[in-house]
Amino acid sequence: MEQLGRKEIPVGCRGGGCGVCRVQVLDGGEYHTGKMSREQISEDDEAKGICLACKLVPDSDLQLKVVGKWQNQFVTSTSSKN
Amino acid sequence: MSFKGVMRPGHAAIRVLDMQESVKYYVERIGLIKTDEDDQGRVYLKAWDEHDRFSIVLREADSPGIDHMAFKVYSTADLDEFEGKLNDYGQNVERIPANELKGCGERVRFDSPSGHTFELYAEKEVLGNGLGRKNPDPWPEGLKGMQVYRFDHCLLYGSNSKGTVDIFREVLGFDLTEEVVSPEGDRIAAFLSCSNKAHDLAILEYAEPGKLHHVSFMLMSWEEVLRAADIMGMHNISIDIGPTRHGITRGRTIYFFDPSGNRNEVFCGDYTWYPDHGPITWNAEELGKAIFYHDRKLNENFLTVVT
Ligand SMILES: [Fe+2]
Repeated sequence: MEQLGRKEIPVGCRGGGCGVCRVQVLDGGEYHTGKMSREQISEDDEAKGICLACKLVPDSDLQLKVVGKWQNQFVTSTSSKN
Repeated sequence: MSFKGVMRPGHAAIRVLDMQESVKYYVERIGLIKTDEDDQGRVYLKAWDEHDRFSIVLREADSPGIDHMAFKVYSTADLDEFEGKLNDYGQNVERIPANELKGCGERVRFDSPSGHTFELYAEKEVLGNGLGRKNPDPWPEGLKGMQVYRFDHCLLYGSNSKGTVDIFREVLGFDLTEEVVSPEGDRIAAFLSCSNKAHDLAILEYAEPGKLHHVSFMLMSWEEVLRAADIMGMHNISIDIGPTRHGITRGRTIYFFDPSGNRNEVFCGDYTWYPDHGPITWNAEELGKAIFYHDRKLNENFLTVVT
């Protein structure tokens, strides 16, 4: 998808670590994932179909919603994690 | 700066999601040499031109990032002295027994306002760089991948970074070599040296504490940086940006990611720092140029992708 120039899903580390590419799989599509940072994807998230796009392997056609990491936190913004 | 006191970054303890995949990456691609592992499953690695037993320790965990960054001090007397000063300064300080990390002497661990754990130690088992100290050859045969020379520095992101910078300058004797200052006059990034290098540690102000931006390894030439990028192409290693030029430190660089999403850098060619030079200041408005001198703009990932 990245190579096709699709820009809808932000691309981060591509290693399941940074959480920039958080997506939610909608409507019970089938998929599995590689290892992802527990700090970015909690067990709760996983139960809701939230995962990191870079570690997502579809086993059927999927509908995805970009959930995204919290806002860019550089310098001024404040937010609590998740 | 006379190579007494704190001498250099000694090691970084890094968390990875999958040990087997990570060891393969750090050995075959980065070119580190695996020197040991322990009964906790931690793996010890060194770059070829380092003399001590390890400079990177990998630990498998459920989230990537950095456990601690450690600096080697010149003597056990220095270690005792810094421990006292850190205590007096009000940090939480703890002595870790010798060989808790295999081959490393006693470590003095302390916390910091930016949420990072740092350590000092004076002794580590010496393996040498494989060339010997009598009529040595210039480099050893049989190196792998990018053939990095040494672990060089870390860039860390954290909240209250000023407090951490103050500890390194006031207690540990680091020099401020470069800084980025906001329009309001706040320092948002600091580059710190305990040596002749343009930086041994850099810290950037961030909303979350305790984050790792990158672990950096040194190469000797632009050609070697380019060759490292070729290896990333060959093996589909996730590249962040580069090869390009940093304004800050003037390093020639490429940023990329390990298999767990920890950012790595290989770079060459910063300048020689002397403590009488005085720090360089960058205005935050020029941050793009300061970080990526050619593009002159930050990619969003520089500010958001951390572990
Ligand atoms: Fe760097």
